[in-house]
Amino acid sequence: MKPDEQPSLSVERLSIDVGGGASRRRVVDELSFALYPRRTLCIAGESGSGKSLSSLAIMGLLPKAASVPGGAILFDNRDLLSLPERELQGLRGKRIGMIFQEPMTSLNPLLTVGQQLAETLRRHEALSRGEIHQRCRAMLDAVRMPQVDKRLTQYPHELSGGMRQRVMIAMAMLCQPEILIADEPTTALDVTIQAQILELMRELQQQFATSLLLITHDMGVVAEMADEVVVMNQGRMEERGSLHQVFTDAQAPYTRKLLAAVPVLGSAPPPDALNEQPVVLAVKDLSVRFPLRHGWFETPRTVHAVEGVSFELRQGETLGLVGESGCGKSTTGKALMNMLSYQGSVKLLGQELNGLQGDALQRVRRDVQMVFQDPYAALNPRKTVFDLVGEPLLIHDKMPEARRRERVAQLLQQVDLPRDTLERYPHQFSGGQRQRICIARALALNPKVIIADESVSALDVSVQAQVLELLERLRAEHGLSYLFISHDMAVVERICHRVAVMYGGRIVEIGARDQVLHNPQHPYTRRLLAAVPVPEVGRRRDFKSLLKELDRPDPIKTKDFVAPVQRFSAVAADHWVAVE
Amino acid sequence: MLPFICRRVGYALLILLGVTFITYLLLFLLPADPARQIAGRSATPEVVAAIRAQLGLDLPFYQQYLSYLGNLLHGDLGRSYIQRTAVSELIGARLRPSLELMAAGIGFELLIGISLGMLAALKRDSFADKLLMAFSFVGVSAPQFIAAMLFLYFFAVQLGWFPLGGYGGASHLMLPALTLGLLGSGWYSRMVRSSMIEVLHQDFIRTARAKGLSRARIVLVHVLPNAIVPVIPMIGIDIGVFMGGLVVVESVFGWPGIGQLAWQSIQQVDIPVIVGVTTLSAVAIVLGNLLADLVIPLVDPRIDIKQH
Repeated sequence: MKPDEQPSLSVERLSIDVGGGASRRRVVDELSFALYPRRTLCIAGESGSGKSLSSLAIMGLLPKAASVPGGAILFDNRDLLSLPERELQGLRGKRIGMIFQEPMTSLNPLLTVGQQLAETLRRHEALSRGEIHQRCRAMLDAVRMPQVDKRLTQYPHELSGGMRQRVMIAMAMLCQPEILIADEPTTALDVTIQAQILELMRELQQQFATSLLLITHDMGVVAEMADEVVVMNQGRMEERGSLHQVFTDAQAPYTRKLLAAVPVLGSAPPPDALNEQPVVLAVKDLSVRFPLRHGWFETPRTVHAVEGVSFELRQGETLGLVGESGCGKSTTGKALMNMLSYQGSVKLLGQELNGLQGDALQRVRRDVQMVFQDPYAALNPRKTVFDLVGEPLLIHDKMPEARRRERVAQLLQQVDLPRDTLERYPHQFSGGQRQRICIARALALNPKVIIADESVSALDVSVQAQVLELLERLRAEHGLSYLFISHDMAVVERICHRVAVMYGGRIVEIGARDQVLHNPQHPYTRRLLAAVPVPEVGRRRDFKSLLKELDRPDPIKTKDFVAPVQRFSAVAADHWVAVE
Repeated sequence: MLPFICRRVGYALLILLGVTFITYLLLFLLPADPARQIAGRSATPEVVAAIRAQLGLDLPFYQQYLSYLGNLLHGDLGRSYIQRTAVSELIGARLRPSLELMAAGIGFELLIGISLGMLAALKRDSFADKLLMAFSFVGVSAPQFIAAMLFLYFFAVQLGWFPLGGYGGASHLMLPALTLGLLGSGWYSRMVRSSMIEVLHQDFIRTARAKGLSRARIVLVHVLPNAIVPVIPMIGIDIGVFMGGLVVVESVFGWPGIGQLAWQSIQQVDIPVIVGVTTLSAVAIVLGNLLADLVIPLVDPRIDIKQH
C-alpha cells in the first residue's frame, strides 16, 4: 500500500443483495479495497464469490435483480452509488473502461469494428470525423492489431477470439480512462492468446498510466499481473494484501487452501513407467476431413481437421492431448468414439474400429466412453441420476431395474456421491458433482478407455483438484486408460504419463510427460509452454516475444491436396518431435 | 448472387405448378357446376350441356388442366366464364388498388407491431406490457370480417372520420389499411417483444452500456436492429396470411382490388378467375419470401446467401 498517494478508486464496505422478499440473498458482504494509480489490483476467487458483481457495481451496471443495501464506491471524491444515471453515463467509457469475459459475444454483430469504436469517442469527446478515425486507428495500433485499416471495416464475426478481445481493449482504452476494469478478460482464450492479452494490458497500463482492476479465477494470472490481491469467497473478502504477502504468507485458511489446489507446472512427481503394459488403443494415420459447401463452378474443398495422427495408449496409461482451440484435439476424440467418419486405422485391443457398423459398433462402444467438458450441458435435465447413469446399462445389457439400481448405487459410491442422490435431478447438483455423475455414467459399462475432453476445464480449481484425484483413483482401481484432452499444461502435468502436442491437425511432438514438458523441442510446444502463467511470486514472465503470431497452416485444402508425410526424429527414449 | 436467384426462381416455378394443380383439382371436385350457374335456373339440360361442351368442362380432368397449363405458358390465364373478358385484364385492372392497400396495410402492421413490441419489451412485466400483450392477443384472434365491420361502423358511420368505403384518395385508404394493420400487428408485436427481450440480455448490450452510451442510442442502434433480424423472414411468410385478410377487408370496404374479385368469383364459381387469383397470390408470397431473403444480408452481415 502507498498511504502517501490518493487512491483513484476506493470501495468501502460494499454489500450487494440479489432477489427480493424472502429469496433475498447477500452475494457480496462488506467488501473494501482501494485501487491506486498505475497499479494493478486483482480480485481472485472461484465462481459464486461475487467478484463479477462487485465490478459491475462500480460501473453502475448491476442487473435489475441486484440491490446495494450499503457501502460506498468513491471515485474523484464522489460516491458512484448515489450518482444519477446521466452522470454515470458520462464516466463510463470515458474515465472508467471495462473489458468482459466473452469476446465472442461482447461485440455487436451488426456493426463494423470501426463503427463500434467511433461510437464511444463520439459520445464522450467533441471531435471531427477525421480525428475520430485517427484516434481509432491509433488505438488499434496500440493493441498491436495487424492490418488496422482492414479491421476497421470488418464485422466482429470475421475476427478470431483474440482479435475481438483486442478490439474490446481498444474500445475500453479509447478515451484513456483512469481505471480499466477487466472481468476475466482471458478466461475464454487460448493460453498463447491469453499471454498476448496480458502483455498488452501491461503495456497499455504503462503507456496511459491506468489503474487496472483485474478479476480472475486463475492464480497464475494473478501472479503475473497483480500488485495487490483481494481474495473473495462466497461474497466475503477472505484476504487482502500485496501479491508477495498473499502468495508467501497467506493469513486466511481459504487462501492457503486455494493456493494449494492450484496445479503448478513443474511440481508433479515423476509418473510410473508403463512401457511394459499391453497396448489398448493403437491409432495409425488417423485423418478427419470435412467437405465444404461449394458452388456449381467452384473446385470442391475440404477442411483437414486432423491429418495423419498416430499414437498408442497402454493399459493404465493417461495420454495428454494438448493444443490450442481448433487444433483438432476434440475431433480426434470424436473420431475415436466413431462419432464421425475418418480415414486411417484405430485398433482397440487388436480389433479394427474403422468401418464398424450396427451391432459390432455397439459392442465396441462399451469399451470406449467419453466425459465431456460442460457438465451442465452433458446431462439431460429431465432425467434423474438413476436414469442417466443407468441408461448405458439398459441399452447394452438390458439389465432389469432392481439390479440396475444396485449397480448405479455402487457406481455413485465409487465417484463419492451419496446413495440418496439416485432420484435427484441434475440441476440439484453443483458443477463438480455433475462431472462426477458424468464419470459414473462413463464407468457404468466397465470401459477400457475413457476419453476425457476438457473434463475439468469448466470447474473451479479446488473442485478440479478433487475430480483429478477421483480420475487418478479410478484409473488405478480399474486399470483404465485415459485420453486426456486439455489446454491446461499444469493439469496435464499432474495427471498424464505421456503427452502429445497437436498443432494444425497434426501431432508435432509426443513423448514421456517430463520430456515433452520440460525439454520441449518443437517451436510450437516451446511457445505454448512459454505462455503458461505460473502461480508463484517472483517468476513473472515476459510475454513480449509471444506478441508475434506464428505462421498458421490453412486447414482448408483443395480436393487433390496430398498431405506431406510427417517425419519424426527421436530426441530421447520415448520423445519424438516432428521435423518439417 | 445470380446462381442463388436462379435457383430460387426454379423452386418458385415448381411451387406455382403445385399451387395451380391443387387449386384446379379442388375446384374440379367441387359439387358446384359452373355451366349451370351460367345457364341460369330455367335452362334446359341441352343448353347446360352445350355450355359445358363450349367451355371444355366435359373433358377429363387431366385434359382440362393440361390445356390450362399450355395457355398459361403463353401468358394466357383464360377467360372469365361470367364476364367474358380475359382473366389477366380483370386482374390487371384491380392490381393497383390492391397493391396500394397491401403496401399501406403491411406498413401499418410493421409500424404498430414493432413499436408496441418494443414498448412492451422495454417495460417488461409492467401493466403496460400486459395490456399490450392482451391487445395483441385480441388482434391475432379476432375474426377479420367482424373487426372490419366494427371499425366501419364506429369510425365511418358513428364518428364519420372516414368515408364509408370505395376507392379514392388517402382518406379512403386509411380505414381498410388500419384494419389490416391492427389485426396483423399482433404477431409482430409478440415476436419483436420476445426477440428484443433476448437481445437485451446479450453481452454486447452490456458492452454498449459500459461505453456510456445513452439509453436511446442503445435501444435504437444496438437492440432494435438485432431484434428485427428474425422478424424479416416472417414478413415474407406473412404475405400469405395477409392475402386472406385482403379478401375479407376489400369486400367489406368495397375496395376494388384482387380480394374483392376473388370473393365475387368464388360466389359465381368462375373457375378461371379463382385459379388466376390464387396463382397471383402464390407469386406474391414467393416474391415476398425472395425479397426477405435478399434483404436480410443487408441487415445482418453474418448471413451469406452464397452459402444457401
